[in-house]
Amino acid sequence: MSTRQQTPARERLSLRQRIAGIVGQGYAAMVIVILYVLLASFWLISNPFSTIAYLVFLSSLLVIYYFPIATWAKVALGLLVLGVVMPYVGTLNQGFLDVVTQAAIFVALALGLNVVVGFAGLLDLGYVAFFAIGAYLWAIFSTPQAANIIPSLAQSFPLAGGWFFVFLILGVIAAAIFGVLLGLPVLRLRGDYLAIVTLGFGEVIRLLANNLNRPINITGGAQGITNIGQPPLFFAPVLDTLNINTSAGATYRMYFYVMALLIVLITIMVARRLNDSRVGRAWTAIREDETAAIAMGVPLVRMKLLAFAAGATFAGAMGVLYAAKLRFISPPTFDVVQSISILAMVILGGMGSIPGAVLGAALITLLNLRILPDFANQLVIWRRAGLPIPEGFDPVQYQRLFFGLVLIFMTIFRPEGLLPERRRRAELHDDEEQGSDEGLVQDDQNLVHPDVGLKS
Amino acid sequence: MAVKAQAQPMVSDRSSLGTLRQVLAPIGQILIFVIGGSLLLGTIVVMLALALQAGQANLLNGVVSVLPLVIIDGLVLGFLYATIALGYTLVYGVLEFINFAHGEIYMVGAFVGGGLGIWLASQGLLATMHPLIFVVIAVFVAMLASGLLAVGIERFAYRPLRGAPRLVPLISAIGVSLVLQDLVRLIAGPARFNLRYPTLNLGGRIPLFEMSTAAGTNLRVSIDNQSLIFIITSLLMLVALNYLINVTKLGKAIRAVAQDRPTASLMGINVNLIIALTFFVGGALGGGAGVLFGIKYSTVNPYIGFIAGLKAFTAAVLGGIGNITGAMVGGIVLGLLEAFVSTYLTLFTNGRLSGPDYASVASFLILIGILVFRPSGLLGEAATQKV
Amino acid sequence: MKRIASLIMLVVVLAATLAACGAATPAASPAASTGAGAADTTAASPSPSVAATESLTASPLTEASPSTAASPSAMATQAAAAEATPGADATTTVTEDLPNVSGLNLGTVRIAYQGPLSGPQAQFGTTGLNGARLAVEQLGEEMGFQNIEIAQFDDQATESVGAANANTIAADQSIVCVVGHINSGVALAALPTYRDANLVMVSPANTNPRVTEEFDDTAYRLVGRDDVQGVVAADFVQNELNAQNVYVLHDQTAYGEGLATVFRDEMQERGINVSGFAGTQETAVFDAVLTPIQAANPDVIFFGGIYDRGGPFIQQLRERGIEAKVIGGDGLDAPDLAQLGGEAVVGTNYVTVSGPASAYQQAAQFTQDYQAANNTPAAYPAFQGYDSTKACLVAIANAATEANGTPTREQVKAAMEDLETYQGVTGQVTFDDEGDRSPATYYVFEVRSGDPANWGQNEVVGSIEAQPPEE
Repeated sequence: MSTRQQTPARERLSLRQRIAGIVGQGYAAMVIVILYVLLASFWLISNPFSTIAYLVFLSSLLVIYYFPIATWAKVALGLLVLGVVMPYVGTLNQGFLDVVTQAAIFVALALGLNVVVGFAGLLDLGYVAFFAIGAYLWAIFSTPQAANIIPSLAQSFPLAGGWFFVFLILGVIAAAIFGVLLGLPVLRLRGDYLAIVTLGFGEVIRLLANNLNRPINITGGAQGITNIGQPPLFFAPVLDTLNINTSAGATYRMYFYVMALLIVLITIMVARRLNDSRVGRAWTAIREDETAAIAMGVPLVRMKLLAFAAGATFAGAMGVLYAAKLRFISPPTFDVVQSISILAMVILGGMGSIPGAVLGAALITLLNLRILPDFANQLVIWRRAGLPIPEGFDPVQYQRLFFGLVLIFMTIFRPEGLLPERRRRAELHDDEEQGSDEGLVQDDQNLVHPDVGLKS
Repeated sequence: MAVKAQAQPMVSDRSSLGTLRQVLAPIGQILIFVIGGSLLLGTIVVMLALALQAGQANLLNGVVSVLPLVIIDGLVLGFLYATIALGYTLVYGVLEFINFAHGEIYMVGAFVGGGLGIWLASQGLLATMHPLIFVVIAVFVAMLASGLLAVGIERFAYRPLRGAPRLVPLISAIGVSLVLQDLVRLIAGPARFNLRYPTLNLGGRIPLFEMSTAAGTNLRVSIDNQSLIFIITSLLMLVALNYLINVTKLGKAIRAVAQDRPTASLMGINVNLIIALTFFVGGALGGGAGVLFGIKYSTVNPYIGFIAGLKAFTAAVLGGIGNITGAMVGGIVLGLLEAFVSTYLTLFTNGRLSGPDYASVASFLILIGILVFRPSGLLGEAATQKV
Repeated sequence: MKRIASLIMLVVVLAATLAACGAATPAASPAASTGAGAADTTAASPSPSVAATESLTASPLTEASPSTAASPSAMATQAAAAEATPGADATTTVTEDLPNVSGLNLGTVRIAYQGPLSGPQAQFGTTGLNGARLAVEQLGEEMGFQNIEIAQFDDQATESVGAANANTIAADQSIVCVVGHINSGVALAALPTYRDANLVMVSPANTNPRVTEEFDDTAYRLVGRDDVQGVVAADFVQNELNAQNVYVLHDQTAYGEGLATVFRDEMQERGINVSGFAGTQETAVFDAVLTPIQAANPDVIFFGGIYDRGGPFIQQLRERGIEAKVIGGDGLDAPDLAQLGGEAVVGTNYVTVSGPASAYQQAAQFTQDYQAANNTPAAYPAFQGYDSTKACLVAIANAATEANGTPTREQVKAAMEDLETYQGVTGQVTFDDEGDRSPATYYVFEVRSGDPANWGQNEVVGSIEAQPPEE
C-alpha cells in the first residue's frame, strides 16, 4: 500500500522530507506508531470524557494508515483501536461510541457517493434519496405502517426483527433499482444536467416521503415513523454464558457499532475491488474522456448505470441500519443539505480516493457532532468571561457556510483533496507544471482535461 | 451552443425598423405561449372535470370559476421564474456553465432591496416619495449590488477554475450558493431572518370581472398592481437584454465569446472582461427579479433563492438553455403548469393530495422529460456536440 | 514524499481542530454551568424564524411559540403589581413545602438541559434554558443541594444531533434527570436512549401526543397536547365564531399537519362543513393555496403551522381581499407573526397552552427574577423550563431522601412517577399516568395590534381546562 503512494522520485529533499525519511523507515516507524496508539488509548481511557483525548485517539487511525509499516501491523493496530479500545471506551462513555457509529454510517455513504462522483465522474446531488429509500423500506415494514399498503396481509406486520438482515439486502436491491430507474433516462445527459436532475430527484423523494400519508398512509408523512424495529440479539445466549450483563440499550449500541463497522469494511472492500476491476477501469475511462471511452468500446450507458446502482446500494444498506439504530425517521433528515454534506465529505477527502472518502466523512461528522458544538460552548464561556465575541455568532449555526467554504477552497486550492487518489494527483500535478500563465488559449487547448465530457 | 439571437445574420440589417422588430419579436412569441399555454391547460382541466364530474357535484363549475385566477397566479409565478432564468441562460450561453449560485444572487437582490426600503423608511424618506419611485430606485440598487456580486463570485470562485474539468466549477458554485445563504443570514441577523418589505401604497387591486361560483356567490377576479409591475418590468428586462445582445457592440462581443473563446480573443476581444460583464448582466437581472419578488410577496428569507433557482433552471432548460426568449417562455410555461397542478390537484382529489407539493414534483418530472425527449427545449435548436 | 507533505497538512488540520475544541473541556464537554449571568441569551428580542425553506432546513416537529406572557409593558405592570402588594403572589412559592436534602451528602448532581441553542430556533432553546438555570439557582439552594448543576446540550433542532447528545447524556452518570426538548421530533429520536438509560425527561415544550404516549414512564411535559389544542380550537370556532364553512390549511410539518388533522376531524364530527384541507411547504408564495380558498369562500380558515409562514400567509390572504377569520395553534403565538404580517394579522385567533403572565399566580415573582437575571422579559418557554427543572429537583430530592444519599437514575424515575403535585410558576402542576399535565389550561387569544412590540396586549377571548384524552 505504501509503495503505491510514491510519486516519481524527485531529488531535492527538504529538511521536512529528510526528517520524514528517517521517521518513515523500518522499526522507527513501527515504534512510533505503536507508541502513539498506546499513549492515545491510555489517555482516552483515563479521560473518557475529554474531546481532545478522543480526537487524538481517533487520529491514531490516520497515523496507522500513513506510516510505512507492514500491512499486517496496520491491520493488527487498526483492530486494536477500533475493535478493542473503542468498544471499551464506549462502555465508559457511550457518547463517543455513538459518534463513531454515526461517522461509520456517513463513511459508507461517502464511499458510495465516491463511486458515483469519484470513480465514474457523475455528479449526483440527490444521493441522500437512496439513503432515504433504504431507511423508509425498513421503517415501513418493521412497523404497522406496512399494513396500510398491503391490507390483506395486515396481521403479518410489523415484521419480526429477524427480517432486518433480509432487509439489509432488500435495501441494497431497492436502492439499486431506484438508481437504475433514475439513471436510465438521465444518464445520456451531460454531467451538469445530470447534477440538476439528481438534485430534483432527491427533492422528489423527500416530497413524496412528506406527502405519501394521503390518500394511503405509507410513509407517515411529516409525522415520520416511530418505533422502528431492531434486529434481534441473537447472540444474547452467548453473552449470558459469558456472564456479561448489559442493558439492552448498551448491547444494541455495541451491536450497531460493530454492524456499521462491518458494513464500512465490506463497502471499502467492494469499492476497492470495483475500482481495480475492469468496470473500474471503464469508469476511469469514462471520467477521463467519454468520447475516447466510447471509441475504445466501453459501453457507456451500461457502465454509468452500474456506477449509479453500485453507489446507491451502499446508501440503501446504510439507510436500513440507520432506521433501525435511530428508531425514528422523518423527511427533514433527508434534505438536500444532507446530500451536499456527503458531497463535501467526498470532495474534502479527495474525489476517487477511498481513504479520502473515509477521512472526509469522519472529519465532517466529528466536526458536526463534537468539534463545532464544543467550540460553540467554548465561545459562550469566553463571551461570558468578557471576550469580544459577537452575540449572534455561533459556529454550529453556520454549517452551510462551512460546507460551502470547504467546497470552494478545495476545488480552487486542493482539488485532489486531503488524501488524493494516485492517478488524479498525477493529473493535477501536471496541471501545475504546464498551466502557469493565465492565458485564454489554455482554456481549451493546452490543459489536460481529465474529466471533461463533451464540450462544444 | 451560443446565446442565440433571434435571427442570426443581423450584421447587415442596420435599419431601425429591423432592429425594432428584432428586439420586440420575443414579446409576440411570449404572448403566443401565454395564450396557447393557458388555453391548452384550461382545456385539459375542463376535460378532466367533465370526466370526473360523476364523482363530485359542482366540480365543473368549481373548476371553471377559478380558472382566470389560476391563470393570473401562473403568469405571475411564470414571470418570476422567467426573470431568474434569464440570468441562467445568459451565463450558460456564454460559458456553458450552470451558475448554481444564481438563485442566491437573486436572493441577495431581494435582501438589498428590502434593506434599502427599511433604511429609507427609517430615514422618513419612504413616506415622502412616490412608491413607484421607490420601486425604480430599489430595482436599480439591487441590480447593481447583485451584478457586482456576480462579478465578484466569477472572479474569485469560477475564474481560477476555468480550465478545470466541467464538474469542478459546478461544485465550487454549489459552495458559493451555500456560503451566500449563510452570509446573508449572518449579516441580516436573527431579527431580519424573515425580512419584511415596507408596505408600499401602490393602489388597490384592479377588478377585472366576476365569476359565479357553485356556492352562488360571486368570485371577484382582479389583479394587483404589484403583479402588473412585476410583469411589465420583466418584459422590459427581456427587451433590454435582447437589445443589448443583438444590437450593441457589447452584445456582439458577448456572442463572439460564446461562440469561440480563443478566436474571439484573437479578434481583440478582452474575453475576461466580456465574461465578467456577462456575469454582471446576468446577476443584475437576478437582483431585479429579487426586488420585484419582495415587493409582490412582501417577505423574503435567505433560503428563497435555492428552490426558485432550481425552478428557474428548469425553466431555462424547458425553453432551451442558452436561448433568451426560450428562458422567458420556459418560465411562463412552468409557472402556468405549477399553478394549474397546485390548484387543480387539490380540487380534483378533494384535498387528498397536496397540490403545491406535487407541483414541485411535476416540475422536476417535466425537467427530466424535456431533457430526455427534447434536450434542446421548446425553442432551442438541436445542439450538436462537438468534440 | 508528497505523502509526508499531506501528513503535515493533516497534522495542521488536526491541530486546528484541537485548537477549535478550546483549551480543555474535559469531563462533560458541553459546558456545565449554573452561572446566572447568562449574557449569551439576550437574543430574546423576539424573532428568529423557524425553518425557512421547504428543502433546506431540518426542522423536525416544531411546536414553537415564544409568547405573550410578557411584553415589556405588560412586564412592567406585573412587576409593579408585585411590588405594590408584597407578600401576596411573591411569597407563595416560598411557603410551599419543598423537600430538603441539606443533611445529605450527594456529591455533584446534574440535570441535563437539551434544546436548540443555536440555529433559527435558538430563541426557544435559550429561553427555556434560562428558566431552568433560574430554577436551579433559586430552588437548588432553598432545597439544600450543595452541588447541583445544569449541563447544557445543543440539539440544533436536528434529530440525529439530539440522539447523539442523548448518548453523551446517558454516558454521564452524574446526570439523573433531563429537561428538554423543544422539538417533538428530536425528543422522539432521543427518548429511546433516555429510556434505555433509565432517565426521565421533563419537556417544557413538546406538544406532540406521541411523546408521552409512546414513552409514558420516561417522558413528562408541562404543556398541553396538540390533540387537545385542536379540539379547543374547534370548540371556539363552533361556539364563538359560529362558523358554517371552514377551510383547513397546514404547513406540512409534523406539528402543523397533526394539529390541522385533529381540527378537521373534530369539525367534521360536529357536522361543520370543511370545504378544503390542504398542505403546503411554501414559505413565501401562497397564491396557489389562496385561489382554492377564495373559491371555497369559507367563514373561518384554520392555519396549522408556525408563525414564519402564518405571517406572510395572512398578509397575502388579506391582500387578496379574503376576509375570513383566521385561527391557528400555538405556532402562531409569536410577536414575529405581527412582524411578518403587519396589520393584516389583527383579529387572528390562536390557541395556546401558554397563558398570559396574569394567568399564573406565581408568575409575577418569576418574571421579575428572570428579568433581573437575563435582562430580557420572560417568555415562552421560560416558565415551563423553570417548572420542568423544578419537577426534576423535587424528584431528585425525594429520591435522595428515600435513598439517604445520592439517588440512582432508577430512584429518580420512581420518585418522578410518585410525584403527586407541586406548585409551579405555571400553576399547580400534576402529572397523570402518562406524564401529561392534568388538567392543563388552554387559552384562545386574539391579536390586537400589528406592531410586534404590542404583542403582550393580545387578549384572551376564551380559556378551557382540559384533561388529556383517555387512551
